[in-house]
Amino acid sequence: MTRPASITPRAQVLRGDFLKGWGIPAFRGAGPLLGLVLWLASTGEVEAAKIGDLAQVRWTDQAIRFITLADPAVRYACLGTVLLGVSCGLLGSFLVVRRMALLGDALSHAVLPGVALGFLWNLQKDPLVIFVGALAAGLAGAASVALITRTTRLKEDTALGMVLATFFGAGLCLMSMFQRLPTGNKSGIDTFLFGQAAALGPGDVGLMATVAGLVVVTLALGYKEFLLVSFDPGFARVLSLPTRGLERLLLLLLAFAVVSALQAVGVVLVSAMLIIPAATASLLTDRFHRMLAWSAAIGALSGLAGAFLSFLGTRLPTGPFMVLSAGVLFGLALVFAPGRGLLPRWLRQRSNRDRVARENTLKAIYQVLEAGGFTSESVPLEALAARRRVAVSEARSETRSLVVAGFATVVGDAVLLTPSGWQRACAIVRNHRLWELYLTHAASIAPDHVHDDAEKIEHVLGEATVRELERKLPKIDVDPHGRPIPSIPVPAAVPRSGGGAGERPVGYGGRRP
Amino acid sequence: MTLVPEFQYQRVFIEPWTTELGSHGLMALVTFLVGATCGLIGNFLILRRMALMGDAISHSVLPGIATAFLLTGSRGIGAMALGAVGAAFTTHLLIEIISRHSRIKPDAAIGIAFSTLFAAGVVLIAVFADRVDLDQDCVLNGELPMIPLEPSVRIGGLVLGPPPLVRLGCLWVGTVFLLLAFYKELLLSSFDPGLAACLGIPVGRVHHGLMLWLAMAVVASFEAVGAILVIALLILPGATASLLTEKMVPRLVWSLVHAALSAIAGMHLSVALDCSPAGASVVAGAGWFACAWVFSPVGGLIPAWWRRRRASSGGGGTVTGGD
Repeated sequence: MTRPASITPRAQVLRGDFLKGWGIPAFRGAGPLLGLVLWLASTGEVEAAKIGDLAQVRWTDQAIRFITLADPAVRYACLGTVLLGVSCGLLGSFLVVRRMALLGDALSHAVLPGVALGFLWNLQKDPLVIFVGALAAGLAGAASVALITRTTRLKEDTALGMVLATFFGAGLCLMSMFQRLPTGNKSGIDTFLFGQAAALGPGDVGLMATVAGLVVVTLALGYKEFLLVSFDPGFARVLSLPTRGLERLLLLLLAFAVVSALQAVGVVLVSAMLIIPAATASLLTDRFHRMLAWSAAIGALSGLAGAFLSFLGTRLPTGPFMVLSAGVLFGLALVFAPGRGLLPRWLRQRSNRDRVARENTLKAIYQVLEAGGFTSESVPLEALAARRRVAVSEARSETRSLVVAGFATVVGDAVLLTPSGWQRACAIVRNHRLWELYLTHAASIAPDHVHDDAEKIEHVLGEATVRELERKLPKIDVDPHGRPIPSIPVPAAVPRSGGGAGERPVGYGGRRP
Repeated sequence: MTLVPEFQYQRVFIEPWTTELGSHGLMALVTFLVGATCGLIGNFLILRRMALMGDAISHSVLPGIATAFLLTGSRGIGAMALGAVGAAFTTHLLIEIISRHSRIKPDAAIGIAFSTLFAAGVVLIAVFADRVDLDQDCVLNGELPMIPLEPSVRIGGLVLGPPPLVRLGCLWVGTVFLLLAFYKELLLSSFDPGLAACLGIPVGRVHHGLMLWLAMAVVASFEAVGAILVIALLILPGATASLLTEKMVPRLVWSLVHAALSAIAGMHLSVALDCSPAGASVVAGAGWFACAWVFSPVGGLIPAWWRRRRASSGGGGTVTGGD
């Protein structure tokens, strides 16, 4: 996009008075960032107008130019997109946890008429005027949504969609009128639709830095209150926190962030920069403060990536590339996030399934041994297959996975449990029969109705639960079907000593009430 | 040159209906067809609280359309249907995957899916600008002013009008026909999905059919009004109608009336201000909504206020009399 030459002197004037005027007081909390802004703003003013004036560029040259931060335009673009990512990421987290993602969408589309009116004010791109106009329009949009849902029977989603599209339509009307003017097409207003990081000037970056500083400081000061209002508004009211005021403050900050981001990411897609980094962060952590940090980092990263990609061509808009990068990061988090990603979850499910299958085989082996009165130490594969009601080949593959896990050895057509296999088998059978006993004893369920339940629970009973069962049940040597409940042998014990009916079970760690 | 052209009664109110009927009248007709088709579908979206599904689909058809153009090089009916089906399917799949397999709530899932797809569409258009017959302006504003310039479709000796008009006309007739054929199923599954399922209505299939038809309508409307304004044309007629009446059939009729009125008012507005016709018709539609909001006899602000005042003064009188 051609950067309009006419705005540069104005922007330089702005940079000076803007940062000195009201930028600094609001920004006391983020000194290093401010220093960076000032450094960037004070270096190289001559080349600033050149960016984008070239008709054709090679993408390799552009990539090198971007990576080496060769000129101020690139530096402004980097700084601006990082600041944008941080403020949008932080505020977007509140939207996402409060399930108000679409309010951000409506708010960000509703600013367009304000942007157009801001341009009309003095027919040039004045960041401050546009900021004020867009802010007013965005807040008017949010207010109309509230008014419509309060006074009509229309639901919030309908009101949001309506306000979003109507305000946007009004903005397009104003812009099409504006573009008829002789200066209209050169003004750079169309970069506000899809964003153009290359068109960021010192004034824009100063505005973004101020907003980001304001957001960071406000959230840091009122973190506890904002957290409470977002997660438990009822409790916040009980504590007589000013919930309405806090919510309005949050909305105002949101509008600030959206409006300051317009030049870089565009009206159409700024809502995505609110939602996607925050949603990605929510996949990565459970704690809200960590989510805020992740969200700001992901926002900044995708902002940078978008700026980089849009620098590679001549007329490429920044917003879509930024959102696409954020979307890719989200996709990566969805698949690979530790603990909750699709891949780790699938692996965990698979290993659980394998464990359950192994435990079922061990239990069947125990039952075959038990049916033989524990006279032999080996179990023929045919007997195991009959017990499991599967083909012999399937029983063979089941025992193979036991061998891999170190629970059994196979000699010819017979399976022998190792000490650890025997211990595990006893534990599973014990879990099963204890649970049956518990159900008949404590829940008064008929003995013929307890097996299926125990069949599921035996794999997930933890040690603590087993101990509690042992404490609560008065007699734990025989299950409701009259079979002995085995104790857990010490690993070195031989199978035969395990489950004699007359032997007193000792339980985990020998504890017994 | 001034921002707002001088107002001339002749130019604003007479010429669109006489000498300019071929261009302005045609644009108004196209806008009406878009508003009528989308408005009929939108009524059911509002009932099902799926207004934002319209938002999602209207954004996410963009990569479908761009890909279809890239692959076929035309904007024929086949490419259009292909783009619509592909887009609807992808959106649905992404939203399902995200909201079912992670802790992300449905609203955020919708937002993520459609904005990423929309961004992908804009990137496709920007990167392959020389090969796609679309630009970013068309994505937002539509190409209503271009439509009268296209050569007309002729069948035999009959001149039917430019291709988009014919397409939208067919789509509108199809929508009305489908609505008549499946009215009972749509109505019941929107109001009471449980009962509908009990009565053997395939609720899931009705839902998917509605989504697919919505995607078709959005894609067909795309070249007229662009990807974002179509949301207004989906929601505004139904929302206005729901303020005017409580019954479903009158609602559908009112939404057609709203589409017609906003097409006409939008035409005059765009001539008067010399601005984008699609934007103008959305603004006009919002104006009609505001009228219904304030003056509707059913629940409008002024009648409700009047009734409250009368009730409170009358009620207050009887209470004092009783005491």
